[in-house]
Amino acid sequence: MTPSLFTLISPKWRTSRTRLRQGRATGGRGKIVVLAVVGLLFWLMVFGVLYRVLAYFRGVEEIGPLLAGKLLGLALLSFLSILLLSNVVTALSSFFLARDLDLLVSAPVDWLDLYLAKLGETLLHSSWMVALMAVPIFAAYGVVYDGGLLFPVVVIAVFFPLLMLPAVVGSATTLILVNVFPARRTRDLLSVITIAAAGILVLLFRLIRPEQLARPEGFRNLLDFITILRAPTSPFLPSEWAARSVMGYLVGSWAWLDIALLWSTAGAFVVVGAVLHQRLYPVGFTKAQEGAERFVRGWFWQAALAPVGRFLSVAKREFIVKDIKLFFRDATQWSQLILLGVLVVIYLFNIRALPLFTGEQVPFFFVTLVSFLNLGLAGFVLAAIAARFIFPAVSLEGRQMWLLRSSPLDLRALLWSKYWTGTVPLLVLALIITVFTNVLLKATPFMMAVGIGTILLLTLAIAALALGFGALYPQFDTENAAQIPTSFGGLVFMMTTVALLAVIIVLEASPVYAYLQATRNDEPLRVLTPQFLLPLAGVLLICLLATALPLRIGLARMEEFEF
Amino acid sequence: MIRLEGLTKRFGTFTAVNGIDLHVPRGELFGFLGPNGAGKTTTLRMIAGILRPTAGRVVLGGVDLIADPMKAKAILGFIPDRPFIYEKLTGGEFLRFVAALYGQDGDVVEHRIGELLEVFELSQWRDELVEAYSHGMRQKLIISSALVHRPELIVVDEPMVGLDPKGARLLKDLFRAFTARGGTVLMSTHTMEVAEAMCDRIAIIQNGEIAARGTMAELRQQTASGDASLEDLFLRLTGGSAARELAAILEG
Repeated sequence: MTPSLFTLISPKWRTSRTRLRQGRATGGRGKIVVLAVVGLLFWLMVFGVLYRVLAYFRGVEEIGPLLAGKLLGLALLSFLSILLLSNVVTALSSFFLARDLDLLVSAPVDWLDLYLAKLGETLLHSSWMVALMAVPIFAAYGVVYDGGLLFPVVVIAVFFPLLMLPAVVGSATTLILVNVFPARRTRDLLSVITIAAAGILVLLFRLIRPEQLARPEGFRNLLDFITILRAPTSPFLPSEWAARSVMGYLVGSWAWLDIALLWSTAGAFVVVGAVLHQRLYPVGFTKAQEGAERFVRGWFWQAALAPVGRFLSVAKREFIVKDIKLFFRDATQWSQLILLGVLVVIYLFNIRALPLFTGEQVPFFFVTLVSFLNLGLAGFVLAAIAARFIFPAVSLEGRQMWLLRSSPLDLRALLWSKYWTGTVPLLVLALIITVFTNVLLKATPFMMAVGIGTILLLTLAIAALALGFGALYPQFDTENAAQIPTSFGGLVFMMTTVALLAVIIVLEASPVYAYLQATRNDEPLRVLTPQFLLPLAGVLLICLLATALPLRIGLARMEEFEF
Repeated sequence: MIRLEGLTKRFGTFTAVNGIDLHVPRGELFGFLGPNGAGKTTTLRMIAGILRPTAGRVVLGGVDLIADPMKAKAILGFIPDRPFIYEKLTGGEFLRFVAALYGQDGDVVEHRIGELLEVFELSQWRDELVEAYSHGMRQKLIISSALVHRPELIVVDEPMVGLDPKGARLLKDLFRAFTARGGTVLMSTHTMEVAEAMCDRIAIIQNGEIAARGTMAELRQQTASGDASLEDLFLRLTGGSAARELAAILEG
């Protein structure tokens, strides 16, 4: 007798159940509460914004439902594209690289059961976040348009096939790719494509300047937009079928054909996917076992860092070289730099797009204020980057800790290397952001000096906080570095950093205000006053403490690690 | 060379290692045997400084591991049973990195890396990323990494796993040569033939305690086993009924 589909998926849900129980037993309740609160706040925010927009749409005659439907169609289309990309990547793990595959493939498991079990796994792993994100969106539609008790059922009936379609297409794409390239190469290729696609999308969205629609001079565009609204959209897009089904139910005209289209297409796709799986999977799985040969000389970094390395101990030097090599050889890591580049371009673009220098003379007060508050924003951007690149540093050493702990390596050297490998690029980035934005804002030399000084201190502190929290909340079981910042520890790090930024901004407000007053009254700036010096001393002290303490605590925690 | 005094490790209420006393002198190849879950790996990981003992002392070359870990670890080479290594480094880079952890670099290290890779037949893979290595090749690389800094003692957990007969023979010869030159090896293994043929002395650990120790002759004497093989001695000391039960299950 061959094992049933239920037998195949039972280890997964049993594992999740046990993990949940263990988490509760080991004091994970606090984590769950914090995550639930943050999630709920996010839901409320999305719901609130959409509720206002939809309530406004509902008040607009004729084009109101059209706009609401279009908005839903756009949201679902974005979901569909995100899901397609994420399913392609997830399918590679679940169908070809997962650790349970040797067991499943060697057992007398029916190919269809294996396909369905792995398809379900892929769907669940790649879609849960999108499904959660969709809850407040549909809730807002249901509330504004009085969807009633049946509305959640309609949403589920519409949303499930919509999730199924990209899962099948994504899995099939991966299946074909693996039959062409080795699995490891495919993974590298996919991560670069995914990140680049996401980066380009974000960049394009920003560069078309959607805020212009909100301006009076943008009305001509709005009229164009209405014309576009009335034009028929692609009849082949499942997101359009889903949007029409939901809006049809809400405005009282059931779109049965669209629901039928969704389900029949999903069903047909599963059948086609299963046939492809039956034909291509055995060959693809075999190819996935083959290692991709990669010969590397690796002299570049050794030579590039030689001048600096001369002043360091052997262990510190080799640690830095090792970390840099690992980063640039892992496509899932270096490809994040593409997003980072996009982020910086958008940041500078946003500053440049500020309507400060259009038309008449802008008050000096506003320029100084923006330049000052920009510090907090730059700090937040740096914190997000540190969360992605520095926070996982300790976790990523977890599997090799046997080597580090059995050698006479001083953990301080390890922490030192990790700190500076992360801090130096962060400092360069921080200075680029601050100097460029201040130049764009035409900030005064005083504000430039305050900006540079503060961002230097903040970067040192943010990097130390990231490393310290990374050691306090290590994720040794996670192989994917990109998942580590989204852990509970990553959240605590971000919250702490935001608190630090707030304190620094509040403290520095006093000397900046004194400077503004002095300039407005045409008086010389009196530097040697308690109002000016004490807050700056406070900033210095807090930043130094926020640098030293996390590193010290992180080191103490690392000394306790047992493997 | 290795001295354990009352070494104990508890995980919550479970005692994995219970007050072990052991002395392995310089130049000895010492075998550490025991059934699964007996506490072998936990003991070896405490000796390597990866696990902190709940009680007791580990002294390596006269240096207390807790009091002066850097000095104690400098003379140690550790080969774990399930080693993870940096997948995106090449074999050569990995060995250079390990040497650096022991504060060694330069031409001497490069020469030694070349020698080790040659001995373990990995020279042609020197510039290939570890992610493409087979299990056996990884095991050879790990063994090379434990030797690259010229240790005085080697602690090794299941060294033969994944090695082909040629590699296993090479390792045996290497350990013999190492101890003949005054080095010390503490080896845990499940391969009784290897332990019987190679080890000067053997300890059998069960439920976190040493059940018997000594040379083969001493073990036979302690268990009044005549000229029994090590496998028979092992089963007698650790309870061999499970093997008979298993045979019954397979037959049934």
